Amino acid sequence: MSRVRVLVGTRKGAFVLTADGKRDRWNVSGPHFAGWEIYHLKGSPADPNRVYASQSSGWFGQVIQRSNDGGATWEAVGNKFVYDGQPGTHQWYDGTPHPWEFKRVWHLEPSATDPDDVYAGVEDAALFRTKDGGQSWQEVPGLRGHGSGAQWTPGAGGLCLHTILTHPTKPERMFIAISAAGAFRTNDGGATWQPINRGLVSKYIPDPTAEIGHCVHRIGMHPSKPDVLFMQKHWDVMRSNDGGDSWHEISGNLPTDFGFALGIHAHEPETIYVVPIKSDSEHFPLDGQLRVYRSRTGGNDWEALTTGLPQQDCYVNVLRGAMTTDRLDPCGVYFGTTGGQVYASSNAGDTWAPIVRDLPAVLSVEVQTIP
Amino acid sequence: MIRVILPAHLQLLARVDAEVVLQVSGPVTQRSILDALEAAYPTLCGTIREYETLRRRPLVRFFACEEDVSHDSPDAVLPEAIARGTEPFLIIGAIAGG
Repeated sequence: MSRVRVLVGTRKGAFVLTADGKRDRWNVSGPHFAGWEIYHLKGSPADPNRVYASQSSGWFGQVIQRSNDGGATWEAVGNKFVYDGQPGTHQWYDGTPHPWEFKRVWHLEPSATDPDDVYAGVEDAALFRTKDGGQSWQEVPGLRGHGSGAQWTPGAGGLCLHTILTHPTKPERMFIAISAAGAFRTNDGGATWQPINRGLVSKYIPDPTAEIGHCVHRIGMHPSKPDVLFMQKHWDVMRSNDGGDSWHEISGNLPTDFGFALGIHAHEPETIYVVPIKSDSEHFPLDGQLRVYRSRTGGNDWEALTTGLPQQDCYVNVLRGAMTTDRLDPCGVYFGTTGGQVYASSNAGDTWAPIVRDLPAVLSVEVQTIP
Repeated sequence: MIRVILPAHLQLLARVDAEVVLQVSGPVTQRSILDALEAAYPTLCGTIREYETLRRRPLVRFFACEEDVSHDSPDAVLPEAIARGTEPFLIIGAIAGG
């Protein structure tokens, strides 16, 4: 029987949650790297036992950890992230130039075919790559160098490259998202990039339809439809049918279209999930009710999923990296909260139950489906 | 023998107890201690001082004989008690945040 391994990054360590395919009884391992912030963990599709973790601290900087046994044991690997050439400046919150400064790794994206080949999205926003299992990291310089980097401005969480998507059959085609610069695409393995933000409207920036400057919180893609992209923007849930060349809004009947997290059903590419959050000043669910919204039509028509989720006095947030889906049938859906709960649904969102309730604030949730 | 006391986060990372003992050749300075520490425990590279500049990370502090020497030159000779090992060289995370 297949099983699942849920990788949870929190403010104070990492946790590994495992279950068989029924997903009703869970084993909890952790905290790993206790006391450190774990922004992201992700397993290699090519070797499920290979798992990478981004471990960081405001005091002691960045560490990358690697496991060869599914997260049971770990070894620290390379943590030297140096920008290519003269780093230059980006735009600070007040509009003045600010030097590019490496702070942390937000996202690790292992290759589909080689467990030693991994991309890292970092703050201040840049893309790095290792081809030796994390021992050494080199910047992919075409992204920051493509021309608009000097105009990128941090979002409230920093100038972070937080999402990396790779095309399922053309690994040279990738999509990334940066808060608050927007989404970008490469078709040549990162040598050249173009912003893909046409159709986004952000009323909080000087030019609401600018090519650069949108606070994209998350993008997602189903591997069977790699030209269809979904986006949770600061405000607005968006969709592109042409690989990011243009976007249109699919917020539809959502009670609020602010949010961070986004999920896509493993077997139904038009079934998507978001967690509406009240506003950018009130980072909690509307009316104290934690509700996942599901659309089975690729957007616009949304239904609230509430069974098993707290429906009163709930004021947690669900951060951008904290929602994912497994590959089992029925599809499992998972998300973590800033209150330390990790919820799972083993029936595509119809009902939910907490795997754990009292972890540190959850920063990221990933899942591996293991044959 | 030089005694160095590490903060909890770095003990966990290096998989050591609070105090480690190092051999330092030549003058005993912040730089020579940190060089020896990083050579003995490579996972600490980049966590106490920055890679390119070798500057102390902003929220890391160094204490010797109850004095904060964080802003001293990294090549200043440390007190004899540190060199003799009767007093430890302290690396701590600054008290900041909640």
